[in-house]
Amino acid sequence: MTQLHKKLIYLDYQSTTPCDPRVVEAMMPCFADIYGNPHSRNHGFGWDAEEAVEKGRQQVADIIGASSKEIIFTSGATEANNLALKGTLDFYGDKKNHIITCTTEHKCVLDTCRILEQKGFKITYLPVQKNGLVDLNKLEEAMTDKTLLVSIMAVHNEIGVIQPLKEIGALCRKKGVFFHTDAAQAVGKIPLDVNEMNIDLMSISGHKLYGPKGIGALYVRRKPRVRVLAQINGGGQERGMRSGTLSPALCAGFGKACEIAQNEMAEENKKLMDLRIRFYDKIMKSLPQVYLNGDLDQRIAGNLNLSFAHVEGEGLMMGIKDLAVSSGSACTSASLEPSYVLKALGVGEDLAHTSLRIGIGRFTTKEEIDYAADNIIKAVNKLREMSPLWEMAQAGIDINSIEWAGH
Amino acid sequence: MAYSNKVIDHYENPRNVGAFDDKEKNVGTGLVGAPACGDVMRLQIKVSEDGRIEDAKFKTFGCGSAIASSSLTTEMLKGMTLDEAQQIKNTSIVEELALPPVKIHCSVLAEDAIKAAIKDYKGKNG
Repeated sequence: MTQLHKKLIYLDYQSTTPCDPRVVEAMMPCFADIYGNPHSRNHGFGWDAEEAVEKGRQQVADIIGASSKEIIFTSGATEANNLALKGTLDFYGDKKNHIITCTTEHKCVLDTCRILEQKGFKITYLPVQKNGLVDLNKLEEAMTDKTLLVSIMAVHNEIGVIQPLKEIGALCRKKGVFFHTDAAQAVGKIPLDVNEMNIDLMSISGHKLYGPKGIGALYVRRKPRVRVLAQINGGGQERGMRSGTLSPALCAGFGKACEIAQNEMAEENKKLMDLRIRFYDKIMKSLPQVYLNGDLDQRIAGNLNLSFAHVEGEGLMMGIKDLAVSSGSACTSASLEPSYVLKALGVGEDLAHTSLRIGIGRFTTKEEIDYAADNIIKAVNKLREMSPLWEMAQAGIDINSIEWAGH
Repeated sequence: MAYSNKVIDHYENPRNVGAFDDKEKNVGTGLVGAPACGDVMRLQIKVSEDGRIEDAKFKTFGCGSAIASSSLTTEMLKGMTLDEAQQIKNTSIVEELALPPVKIHCSVLAEDAIKAAIKDYKGKNG
């Protein structure tokens, strides 16, 4: 690790999480000792590797109340989302050709949907309410007898809001529509039960819950059975739904991460909530015109997404360069467009440019939170003194009344 | 993305932040950009009787490169005649600050701000 990184405070837990040391420990034997191919059925090397894989599979299944037979390992949540959407349409598409998703979904769902549209399938992109949540009435209205699947993410990666999964699941079951949820940000953060919530397909990511990068899973319901056509063909591993040799180390680490999260979730959420409230209160007491993006209550403990009016996000990040956070500002994206998610919430483009996402996690300390809040307050104040928009706002000029020349 | 040392210097120690009274006859104000695009620059020049820019100030809403471009511009402008200022090209700002391609629009904005400020001054003193 470079000197620079040692001084950085990590507040980007929705981007990724460090491996828990207990996860690393669980993975270690799989690199040197248990090196067999888990799909070798005829010797002990294979059996040992298979045991490591199956233990991991069970641990992943347990955290969502599933059976281990319903867990298909993938390279991550992106692949799981691709497999869920393309795989079901490939199987059922000649009878039902319609998918309902939502405008604020992760790019890997939206981009997959665009590809499916090009192939002639119908996609409905539901708007969200101002707080980021799906309107159940609109969801029901969008359903037709051609609707195969609803894909709504469980917890949002940018704004941390928790969708009403149980209600969506109940509606889908009533209408005979499959319910897929991208739960990359949800597993290990909120209690999930695929049966209670009537979830038919669920995408999971290893590295968002203190497991290794490079592995994820798709939960595929067996009763009533959901069929998914493989997108990666080969030796027929993972019940024929995803070929390729599994990595026992990754499976073991992913499993261990799920086990830890399951055991410690309640306690951890209490700690994260205390830290979040501490941070949020400090900021809101010291700075006027700071706005929270996304619902405050229906939200995971480890996420805040704040717009600091009249201070541009990338400029702000430069002023807090020892804090690793992310911004919805255009300047931090390759496209120079501000966050499409904030736009979908109806956040004005001017405010979308001023947003920061603060992700709090397992290894965040109170000292780090205090330091981060103090530094953000200092930087915002300094930049507002430099901001013509702030000056206008103080003088009572409505910046929306000015005719700006877009560029 | 790493910033050049010059960008960091101007961002951390911005020169000539502030405002002149834009009702003054010898002040020209240029306000360019848009909040929705993520950058707004306000550049002001104070022109002496012999037609030289004797002082310049800015306020900018934008990324570090936008702030640095405006700060540098105020430094460049001081002591120039209006004709000289009119000739400033964004490329000299790009070079001086070593801006990467994705940040070139910040320098273009600064050039626009200079031209807008001169136009405003000339309009008042036409």
